[in-house]
Amino acid sequence: MVGKTESQNGAVKATAAPAMNLESDLFSNFSFKSFKLKTKQQELLLRVSILGLVYILAFITRLFSVLRYESMIHEFDPYFNYRTTLFLTEKGFYEFWNWFDSESWYPLGRIIGGTLYPGLMVTAAFIYWTLRFLRFAVHIREVCVLTAPFFASNTTVVAYFFGKEIWDSGAGLVAAAFIAICPGYISRSVAGSYDNEGVAIFALLLTFYLFVKAVNTGSLAWALASAFGYFYMVSAWGGYVFIINLIPLYVLVLLITGRYSMRLYVAYNCMYVLGMLLAMQIRFVGFQHVQSGEHMAAMGVFFLMQVFYFLDWVKYMLSDTKLFQAFLRITVTSAIAVGALALGVGTASGYISPWTGRFYSLLDPTYAKDNIPIIASVSEHQPTAWSSFMFDFHILLFLFPAGLYFCFKKLSDATIFIVMYGLTSMYFAGVMVRLILVATPAVCLISAIAVSATIKNLTSLLRTKSKTAVAGSSKGTGGSKASSKASFDQSQPFQKNGAIALLLGAFYLLSKYATHCTWVTSEAYSSPSIVLAARGAHGNRVIFDDYREAYFWLRQNTPPDAKVMSWWDYGYQITAMGNRTVIVDNNTWNNTHIATVGRAMSSYEDEAYEIMRSLDVDYVLVVFGGVTGYSSDDINKFLWMVRIGGGVFPVIKEPDYLVNGDYRVDKGAAPKMLNCL
Amino acid sequence: MAKLLLYLTLATSLIPLFSVAFSPENPTDRRVLVLVDDFAIKSSHSLYFGSLTSRGFQLEFKLADDPNIGLQRYGQYLYDALVLFCPSVERFGGSIDVASIVDFVDSGHDLIVAADSNASDLIREVATECGVDFDEDPAAMVIDHINYAVSNFDGDHTLIASDDFIKADAPVLFQGIGHSLNPANSLVLKVLSASSSAYSANPKSKLSNPPSLTGSAISLVSVVQARNNARILITGSLSMFSNRFFRSGVQKAGSSIKHEKSGNEQFLTEISKWVFHERGHLKAVNVRHHKVGESDEPAIYRINDDLEYSVEIYEWSGTSWEPYVSDDVQVQFYMMSPYVLKTLSTDQKGHYSAEFKVPDVYGVFQFKVEYQRLGYTSLSLSKQIPVRPYRHNEYERFLPAAYPYYGSAFSMMAGFFIFTIVHLYSK
Repeated sequence: MVGKTESQNGAVKATAAPAMNLESDLFSNFSFKSFKLKTKQQELLLRVSILGLVYILAFITRLFSVLRYESMIHEFDPYFNYRTTLFLTEKGFYEFWNWFDSESWYPLGRIIGGTLYPGLMVTAAFIYWTLRFLRFAVHIREVCVLTAPFFASNTTVVAYFFGKEIWDSGAGLVAAAFIAICPGYISRSVAGSYDNEGVAIFALLLTFYLFVKAVNTGSLAWALASAFGYFYMVSAWGGYVFIINLIPLYVLVLLITGRYSMRLYVAYNCMYVLGMLLAMQIRFVGFQHVQSGEHMAAMGVFFLMQVFYFLDWVKYMLSDTKLFQAFLRITVTSAIAVGALALGVGTASGYISPWTGRFYSLLDPTYAKDNIPIIASVSEHQPTAWSSFMFDFHILLFLFPAGLYFCFKKLSDATIFIVMYGLTSMYFAGVMVRLILVATPAVCLISAIAVSATIKNLTSLLRTKSKTAVAGSSKGTGGSKASSKASFDQSQPFQKNGAIALLLGAFYLLSKYATHCTWVTSEAYSSPSIVLAARGAHGNRVIFDDYREAYFWLRQNTPPDAKVMSWWDYGYQITAMGNRTVIVDNNTWNNTHIATVGRAMSSYEDEAYEIMRSLDVDYVLVVFGGVTGYSSDDINKFLWMVRIGGGVFPVIKEPDYLVNGDYRVDKGAAPKMLNCL
Repeated sequence: MAKLLLYLTLATSLIPLFSVAFSPENPTDRRVLVLVDDFAIKSSHSLYFGSLTSRGFQLEFKLADDPNIGLQRYGQYLYDALVLFCPSVERFGGSIDVASIVDFVDSGHDLIVAADSNASDLIREVATECGVDFDEDPAAMVIDHINYAVSNFDGDHTLIASDDFIKADAPVLFQGIGHSLNPANSLVLKVLSASSSAYSANPKSKLSNPPSLTGSAISLVSVVQARNNARILITGSLSMFSNRFFRSGVQKAGSSIKHEKSGNEQFLTEISKWVFHERGHLKAVNVRHHKVGESDEPAIYRINDDLEYSVEIYEWSGTSWEPYVSDDVQVQFYMMSPYVLKTLSTDQKGHYSAEFKVPDVYGVFQFKVEYQRLGYTSLSLSKQIPVRPYRHNEYERFLPAAYPYYGSAFSMMAGFFIFTIVHLYSK
């Protein structure tokens, strides 16, 4: 519990700190005079120390899982990442790049090097090699466990700079503090959650920050940096598609709203061309980047950009407005026609591949449910429940609209970007649970703007009151006008008291947020899901380590070339911990193969035997949670096996397993259900 | 002197070690447990047992209800084969029961079951486990009014002279219960079947309704070769093995040829050679595969590699391993379905080999040799080998077809360079 209290204090301190910082010059007039520091220096010192504290806080608040359980890899996918990282550190990069894994997806095998995003593994291996070089004898597992918290810390720094770029440094600090403890982000970046997202959110935010910076400055260097940030993102996570669609959308909005500028032209073109070339170096992406439908928006905007530039040039050359209007009409029409034609021909000839199912299901949440059971079966692909928004964002959910208000009050290229980022990602977060993660930085930033602006206004109000004799109230008036909550009349006598009350209220909310975040982190997001913990009858903790014991049994008691058939959830863990060949695993690239397993699981025993003989299966692993009350066992997942199996093999029909439309597993269950494997 | 002694003792102690190490693997059974109803069978069937003993088998005779018999001790089987000459036993003594006999066969050991009319339920159960069903009427015998043996000891035509088998010199005498094969069992086959005029009924009683087993559906002697190459012989006649039948002459009804000696001895000797793995036992050794032009076996192949697969197959002749010569051994390169199916060519000395190209598909393949021929032990070899795609540096570095693209890229670079210079410094 030491960690808990400590981090709580830290959180409160951190969130409260920006306000202190803003008030610093107020105090510096009298109390800090003795320090021979100028106001600017003091502010810098404060800012750096706050950022340092936030940095540390972001790291330690993610260590609950290590304290509660042990330094271990969580969940399903991270085991694969761990296994590949181990391979990378042992065999070197080229072996990793060309790794053909014959232990998974038996008998098809899987080209690991060509079907993963190597960013995470390379990052972890790089950290590992660096530590080794510095003569720190660490195990690669420790590095893997702590990679996500480390990158979460780095994200806070990026969030600070991003906030500073779009608003001011105060907002940046608040954003850093918010994102450090926001449960929506912590859920994917606790120690041990060694997954792509942990690194990817950092890369995502970095790319956005650098791009906004490039747009603001019009500098080639920043655009180049942004392209490299994009490259890192592409190498780390499939969510890069969000970037390559959001940025063109943003550019398009700027173009439509007449905010086209040379800065935008430089930033976008450089970022897109270089980013595309770099992204194509990742084997998993390759030519998809110029061929698949998801990336076409970026290309279209790229060409549109050239058209705009050309028009600008023509406008400059033609002094006649009327002529230019006519020319504009012709050019725009022909450009759109050519674009549409190219897209149509490309799609029809198969050169441009259509959108993937996952992308469709983002735009139309019911699509996956009807057409692709494999996507709908994953719990983190379900539409988000209202409560989980509250759970993951807490007060940020209320601050978010306030922040949007502030952004609209002060529209700039940067704030338009953050508004668009916030709105689109909020929509996607509503479609899929896991995309809350993507929305988290935007929500944190926008809320930070709200908090920072409000507190700044309130404090400046206080300050002008206290210093009425010294300075005029002109500054305070301007501030209070901008503030939504502190819109008191200047002449009102209780203005100061009201401001103090509101300030206290804000601090109360922020401290509540900090407590909530810490509680959520400790209770909900720190369990590794491979080791189960439950509260016993007397409130004591009971630990079930059955999974790992089962995998250890497999490792010890089966022949080394045994093939284990299980539902795909357990594939990665069996290969990583059990060191045995599996038929299907969590990389669900071959739906037919999974459907075959689903069919085997849901057929009668003798039919299932034939299927399993054809796959050379030696062992079948099923999980039954009936004894311990573990809810996500195979009985629970069984209907998905039926649905996925039935999606490919029509002999499997879902109604055969239901009784009057209900799913029953007791003795009243359907006969086919009881007699299947 | 002491040194010499030491060497001598070392040498002598090593000799048996070497002889064990260098002796070729011998698939023939050595230790046989014979369970009998009473020891009289030992003498009445001595010719058959004598032929076994002379071929080197160690026979151990026990009464079937001896309370001390057991097939295994401390998890090790004590015998290589089991002979059940106890048609009337109701319950085995010791630890033997039907399940343990099935386990015995499942672990690759051989079995001879001889029943008789009035065979007990236990023996029937053993037979059912092996895939044959004896006639349900306990008193039934196989009767054949046309192909019976002319004899002087009975007139009810239950002594059958059958020659429905390969290369019959003289008919085989059979007297006992018939059985039918379980159609669901594809491993069991008839060796000696009754003629089409035979039927199975109780000879003492009048035939009230049609017999359940008739004609050549009746099997007199059946064999099973299990998937693990355990071999089983089932017959409905214990007296087939007796000295009396071995010695007696035989004259088939309606035939003028009178054979001085029945075919029983030759038939049963040969078939027990087969059952005890003295004949028809194949082994495959030295399964090798490598790339053409290399000799080391790789851990993984690349797509489109040329490879060579070889295996050596030998047949046990009873005393030594002889090369097995055949031209129908095939190898499969298999992943869920065979991608390559090729007949192996042989050098007539037991060495089989084939060369082929790995298909352009990656995955985990298997070299499979499934060789199943009647009378031979089945060979089922499979060796797993992954096939990987090309590495990043195994593609061609410069494609001739891509030269226009290289050209355009470099001309673009040069053009841009010139353009920059002109643009910057022309004014």
